Amino acid sequence: MFLAWRDMLFARGRFALITAVVLLMTLLIGLLSGLTGGLAQQNISAVQALEGDRTVIAGETFDESELSQSQVDAWEDAEAVTGVREVGILRFQIDPADGDSSGDAADADADDESADEVPTNDGDASEEDAEASGSGLSASLFGGTEDSPSRDGRVRLSPSAADDLAVTDGDHVTVLGIDLTVEVLDEDRWYSHTPVAYVTMDDWREMELRLGREDVAATALMVDLADSADAEAIDGLADETSTTASGSLSSLMAIGSFRSEIGSLLMMVGMLFGISALVVGAFFTVWTMQRTGDIAVLKALGASTPALLRDALGQSLMVLIAGVGGGIALTTALGLGVSGVVPFVVTWYTTLLPAALLIVLGLAGAGFALRSVTRADPLTALGSAR
Amino acid sequence: MLSLTDITLTFPDGDGRVTAVDRANLEVARGTVAGLTGPSGSGKSSLLAVAATLVQPDSGRVEIAGVDATSVSQKEAAQLRRERIGIVFQQSNLLPSLTAREQLLVMGELDGSAKDKAARTRAADELLGIVGLGDHRESRPAALSGGQRQRVNIARALMGDPAVLIVDEPTSALDRARSEEIIGLVVDLTRDLGTATLLVTHDLALMPRFDTTHQMLDGALTPLTESETPAGVPGVPVSG
Repeated sequence: MFLAWRDMLFARGRFALITAVVLLMTLLIGLLSGLTGGLAQQNISAVQALEGDRTVIAGETFDESELSQSQVDAWEDAEAVTGVREVGILRFQIDPADGDSSGDAADADADDESADEVPTNDGDASEEDAEASGSGLSASLFGGTEDSPSRDGRVRLSPSAADDLAVTDGDHVTVLGIDLTVEVLDEDRWYSHTPVAYVTMDDWREMELRLGREDVAATALMVDLADSADAEAIDGLADETSTTASGSLSSLMAIGSFRSEIGSLLMMVGMLFGISALVVGAFFTVWTMQRTGDIAVLKALGASTPALLRDALGQSLMVLIAGVGGGIALTTALGLGVSGVVPFVVTWYTTLLPAALLIVLGLAGAGFALRSVTRADPLTALGSAR
Repeated sequence: MLSLTDITLTFPDGDGRVTAVDRANLEVARGTVAGLTGPSGSGKSSLLAVAATLVQPDSGRVEIAGVDATSVSQKEAAQLRRERIGIVFQQSNLLPSLTAREQLLVMGELDGSAKDKAARTRAADELLGIVGLGDHRESRPAALSGGQRQRVNIARALMGDPAVLIVDEPTSALDRARSEEIIGLVVDLTRDLGTATLLVTHDLALMPRFDTTHQMLDGALTPLTESETPAGVPGVPVSG
C-alpha cells in the first residue's frame, strides 16, 4: 500500500470527498436498517417468541385466521404431530380498571354488530377506540403462549404497555369488561405495532365469546413434529384441514403489517446498497483511468500486475473501511440516542452486517476499475505519448 | 551486456503489416554507451521497446546480461525489467504523489522485495546524491525543474542495479546546457556502474559522447559514419 497511501495523502481532497460520501451512504443505510429492524421488532417479536416446529393458521394472515375446533382436533390427532398448543390473538383495547372501556362487554353483548366493528384484524379501529376513551391502550392480547399467566383473571403486560396505562404489578385493567390483574413483563413484546398483553387461553376465549365469535377455537396452533414427520405429510395435512403450516421464519410473513412493510423497506435498503457500489465503482474507475499513465510507467519499470491490483484494491479498502467505519459509528451513536423514541434496533444485523455488505459491494464496484490496471500498456510509457 | 541479434519487428497496418525493425543487430558491452539516432518513425523506439522487453520481436534473439529474453512470458519480462533493466523515459514520468526518494523506493515496495528498507533508503539517497539531488530527496516532481526531474528519472532507472540501461531521448525537453549535463551524467554513470547503455537521441551533436553510434532508417540499423555527424565534432566513434 506504499503507493496507495501516498496517492491518498497527495489527493486528500478527492479521497476525503469519496470517504465522506461512503460515510453518508453508510449512515443512510445504517439508519434505514436500524429503523427496519425496529419496525420489524414492533411487528414480530411476540410471534417470534412462540415455540413450535410449525405455525398453523387458517387463511393467509394471523389477523384473518379463525381455527375451528375440528381443525384443531385434526392437527392434534395427526400421527406426525407430537404436540399442539393453541394460541389466541385478539387486538382490542385494554383499559385501566376505572377507565371507560370502549369495548365494554355489555356493549358487545348488546350489539353483536357493533362488536364486529371492532375487528381483530383492524388495528386502526382499535387505535381510534383507544383515542376515544382517552386512557385505554390498543393492544394485542395473546392467549395460550409460554408467556401467558398460569391463572385466569391475570394479564401480563409489556413494560411499555404498563407505562402507557399507568399500571404496575397488582393493578387491575379490563378488556371487554373482564377484570384482569396486572403482571408486568421484563421486556417489551410487540405484534403488528401494538404492545402485547398475555392472557390465559380461557380468558382469551371469554373475550372472543363477548365479541360474539363462539366458533373460534384458536387463532393459531404451535405444532411440534415427530422426528419422522416429512414435509409432504405436513403439507397434506394442512391442505386437508384448510390451514397453512409454516416454519418459524415464514410464519412471520403471516403478519399482514410486517409483510407489507418489510418488502418496501428492504427494497430501499437494497437500492442503497446498489447505489453505494455504483458510487464507489464510479469514483475508482475515474481515479484509476486518471492514473493509467502512471500505471503504464510502473509496469514498464517492472511492476507486476498483481502487485498493482493489490495496491489499487488496498486503496479502495482503506476508503471503504474509513467511510463505512465512520458511518457505522455514527449510526450506532444516533441509533442508541433515538432507540427509546423511535423503533430502532442497534444490533449486529443493523450495523456489522450492512457494514460488511457495503465493503464487499464497494470492493466489487472498485473491481470494475481494475480493468484499467490490467489493460494499461507499459509500451505507452516510452516515447512522448504521455 | 545487451545483445540484439537479427531482430525483426512488425506491426499490423490495415490488412497487412509494417516492418518497424528489419533484421537489426546490436551489441552493447558493459560500461559502454551505444547512441542510436534516426528520423521520427524510423524504428528507434521500436528497437528500444524490444531491448527493454516491452515487446517481443517477430524473430531474432534478445539477450539481457546473459539471459535469453526473446520469448519470455509477460511475468518473466516484468521480472527482467525489475532486476536487470533500467529505463530512463523521454518524459520523466515521475509519479506526482511521490517524493524524489519515494520514486526510487516504489518498485521495491510494490513487489514486496523491500525487505531491508533501511538499506534501500540508503541506496536511494546515495543515488540521488550522485545525480546531484541530495538536497531534494523530499521534493515532489512539481517542485523540481525539468532537468532535476530527469535526474530523478535516471536515478530511478539505476535503483535496481541494472545490467542494461535503456535511455529514451532523455534531453528532448531540455536546453543545450541541461542536455549536456544529463548526457554527461548518463555516460559517467554507465562507466561507474558498468551498465550496458542504449541511448536514443535526435541530437547528433551528442553522438561524440558515446562509445558506439548507430542510426535507424526505415527499420534498418546501420552504423553512423563520421560524415553523418555534425561538422566540427571531432573523433566520432563509429560502431563496427
